[in-house]
Amino acid sequence: MTTANFPLPIPNLDNQVFWDNCREHRLVLRRCNDCQESFHPPKPTCPLCSSENLEWVASEGKGKVYTYTITRQPVNPAFRERLPWGIVDVELTEGVHMISNLVDLDPEQIEIGMDVEVVFERVSEEITLPKFRAV
Amino acid sequence: MNTLKDRCAIVGVGETKYTRDSGRTELSMAVEAAKNAIADAGLTTADIDGMVRFTADSTSHSELAAGLGIPWLRYYSELGPLGGAACGLVAQAALAVSHGMANNVLVFRSVNGRSGQRYGSGVVTTRRGQKGSAFTEPYGLLVPGQSSALRIRRHMHEFGTTVRQLGAVCVTFRKHACMNPRAIMHGRPITLEDYETSKMFFDPLRIFDCALEADGACAFVVSSAEAAADMKQPPVLISNATQCMPAEQGRSERGWDDSGGARMAPELFGGAGITPQDIDVIGFYDHFSPVIITKLEDYGFCPRGEGGPFVEEGRIEAGAELPVNTSGGHLSEAYMQGMNQIIEVVRQLRHRSYAQVEDAEFGLVDSGDGSGALVLRR
Ligand SMILES: [Zn+2]
Repeated sequence: MTTANFPLPIPNLDNQVFWDNCREHRLVLRRCNDCQESFHPPKPTCPLCSSENLEWVASEGKGKVYTYTITRQPVNPAFRERLPWGIVDVELTEGVHMISNLVDLDPEQIEIGMDVEVVFERVSEEITLPKFRAV
Repeated sequence: MNTLKDRCAIVGVGETKYTRDSGRTELSMAVEAAKNAIADAGLTTADIDGMVRFTADSTSHSELAAGLGIPWLRYYSELGPLGGAACGLVAQAALAVSHGMANNVLVFRSVNGRSGQRYGSGVVTTRRGQKGSAFTEPYGLLVPGQSSALRIRRHMHEFGTTVRQLGAVCVTFRKHACMNPRAIMHGRPITLEDYETSKMFFDPLRIFDCALEADGACAFVVSSAEAAADMKQPPVLISNATQCMPAEQGRSERGWDDSGGARMAPELFGGAGITPQDIDVIGFYDHFSPVIITKLEDYGFCPRGEGGPFVEEGRIEAGAELPVNTSGGHLSEAYMQGMNQIIEVVRQLRHRSYAQVEDAEFGLVDSGDGSGALVLRR
């Protein structure tokens, strides 16, 4: 499956490290050394305490489906060839949420609370997207 | 402390016809709606010395000033993002009037939202993979309805909210549209069965759960309460206006349970000197049906998780205890980005709605996902 017709991420200086790691099949999160919380997407300062004292930490890559939706109509040309299209909000064990897709699963099988783990899908030379699969 | 209470009024309202294909420019519709609002107030274009607009609108201040034959404006301002600006613009107009920067401020919105660029297709909202959208759009999260579906699916999981309760919202607003000849869906009632067999778009949202994209324009005039007392219409006072801009979520991607409405409610009602129980009629920004359920909770009309049963029991219908979107709202009148809700609540408070709430005295209106809100008073 390719996502060529959906917009591809345009990395910037705040998140380039995230995408570089994805290319190496590693999921990383921003963590604040002052309040000890992880967050996502990456930002230049902590959204909870505004600290600039941040580091990149490896995520376990495991979580649960927090919520989901299935797109069933080609509301946008990008969907024409790929309906039904499932989108999930995954809550990682680190407490952060990520919008993603589940691979190797009929969208009709998606359920809230389902255990998932990260997999990586190369979509271009530069970009590899973190996705998830049911475990 | 917010001291806007009852210092300004909405003195005139105007609309064009709402259609699916206007065959006109947005500028030409803006001029018509503005002239209607000015005439409704008993004013002339020469009285308008201020203007506020949606940043998303294609019509500029200077174009509309020229269209109305107004040589220059003493006050002008605008507000984004996208659809959620209406109530915040009323706040800007009231701030300008209450501080003497203008006497009569025109608020307008004109959009070919059906025959032109459609919000529902995502062409207006996508950021093409830049900044935060790099983490959502590559996964196909491209149109606003998908986000609404993600939120209500979780609400269903936590509180047992059902699709029949979403259907109750849609059927109710369609019933209201059938009372309102201006509504695009006038004369086209639906049943819960029609709802349950309609096309699924963003599971669990069906076509009837989504705002009715439309062509049209809305405008109104904000003046001081003092001046309003001598004008043509019964004044509708701005008892309070509040705004809320939440920080982009960092830890949780979708902060649906931390809504603007819940944040604003204490200041909104407190500043107006009332409680939610004093509200007689509501105009909620219903871009998607689920927000009616969650907004009833956010603003304190029922406890968290009980919005579903609230709508299913018929309590938001015209004639019931708390009528919501009595013109049909965005779902069944027209998607005019919250402007038509303000106009309908003004009509209610003038006691001239097609679905009149008896003795209506206080009305609540909001914008977007709780980006701004007003308490209006007869
Ligand atoms: Zn921090």
